[in-house]
Amino acid sequence: MRLVGSNLACVRGGRQVFTDLSFAVAAGEALVVLGPNGVGKSSLLRLISGLVARAGGTLTLEGGDQELTIAEQTHYLGHQDALKPSLTVDENLTFWSRYLGGDEATHPLLTAARTAALLGVGLGSIAQLPAAYLSAGQRRRLSIARLLAVKRPIWLLDEPTTALDTAAQAALAGFMEQHLAGGGLIVAAAHGPIGLKAARELRLGGPQ
Amino acid sequence: MSPLAALFVRDFRLAIRVGGGALIGVLFFLIVVTLVPFAMGPDLALLARVGPAILWIGALLASLLTLDRLLAIDHEDGSLDLILSARVTLELSVAVKAVAHWLTTGLPLVIATPLLGLLLNLEPQATGAVALTLLVGTPALTFIGLIGAAITVALRRGGLLVAVLVLPLTVPVLIFGVAASNAAIVGPVRFGTPFSILCGLALMSIVLGTFAAAAALRHAMD
Repeated sequence: MRLVGSNLACVRGGRQVFTDLSFAVAAGEALVVLGPNGVGKSSLLRLISGLVARAGGTLTLEGGDQELTIAEQTHYLGHQDALKPSLTVDENLTFWSRYLGGDEATHPLLTAARTAALLGVGLGSIAQLPAAYLSAGQRRRLSIARLLAVKRPIWLLDEPTTALDTAAQAALAGFMEQHLAGGGLIVAAAHGPIGLKAARELRLGGPQ
Repeated sequence: MSPLAALFVRDFRLAIRVGGGALIGVLFFLIVVTLVPFAMGPDLALLARVGPAILWIGALLASLLTLDRLLAIDHEDGSLDLILSARVTLELSVAVKAVAHWLTTGLPLVIATPLLGLLLNLEPQATGAVALTLLVGTPALTFIGLIGAAITVALRRGGLLVAVLVLPLTVPVLIFGVAASNAAIVGPVRFGTPFSILCGLALMSIVLGTFAAAAALRHAMD
């Protein structure tokens, strides 16, 4: 599997964010997008996940599922956590795993994956707590649990380490290594190292 | 549980939990309709004559009040991004959201109508007619509102713009809803005639609302 973007252009709010951006990520590889604020890191991730229209260029996934769009094969972890404060931790995760992953009747592994994900991010003991009482870091961990609970090959992570403590950052690095080892690929926007040993870098908006 | 059922259960739960707003609409309906007799004075005949119209206006305003919960909240917390990139057809997702919204905000209005009919000196038969028209009319209001909610999410303008966009579109529903209620009470037209048109309008809004809202969301994602 290979995600290839060539000569991508993005326009948001009438402003040209970037043009002629090309990259390629293969299965098992991580691409870390670096650059100053406002240079289009988040826009690139949203463009890959289909949330922002392409103004030019092509985006292809070689070896992906032909029945699905690229967006449908991605997990997008954005700045917002997509959690409902009045639902419990468990209800939030259960909803997303069913909505993104499908019916437990046809996907029997889903329930086990959900439990494992909740334990993996260290929220197993507060599964019945309403999400309103979570700290910023715990909210982030619950969002990360979503990526673990439903299997999708492409992870798009927008500054994934924000609000996480060092232990959680290490755990996240472990999840990412595991995802790469399982043949997944990662595109992450960041300002510094995100804990991956062999990540390729894509620098946006170099000195002009 | 299938993805759409999960979405339905989630939206339903959110609406009935604390801060969910399921009661806001029906309380507002109650207050608006209760205020009218105070404003118009103790003329029972007049109240009975304008009763159906007051109930309809109250229901219309109450259903507007809760529209910002339909999509805007999901947009703010990022849920809408995930809904848009899910493997579920967007049309079905927005339709399910609207149905859950109607069950928690529209249906309570219908249930409250018999109680409010008493306040407006309506005969039991007249109250029944108004409740029946609201049962058919409130889904139409919800799905027309869905278009407004989707467009305002797209434009990043909340609040009053929804009302300005949606209210003109609800005029036909209002006309035939009140006309059917009045037909049942004073005639001379048979109840079935305007009521059938109201049913038609409701079915049309369900289809148009679903597709228009999904199109607006797709077009506007940025």
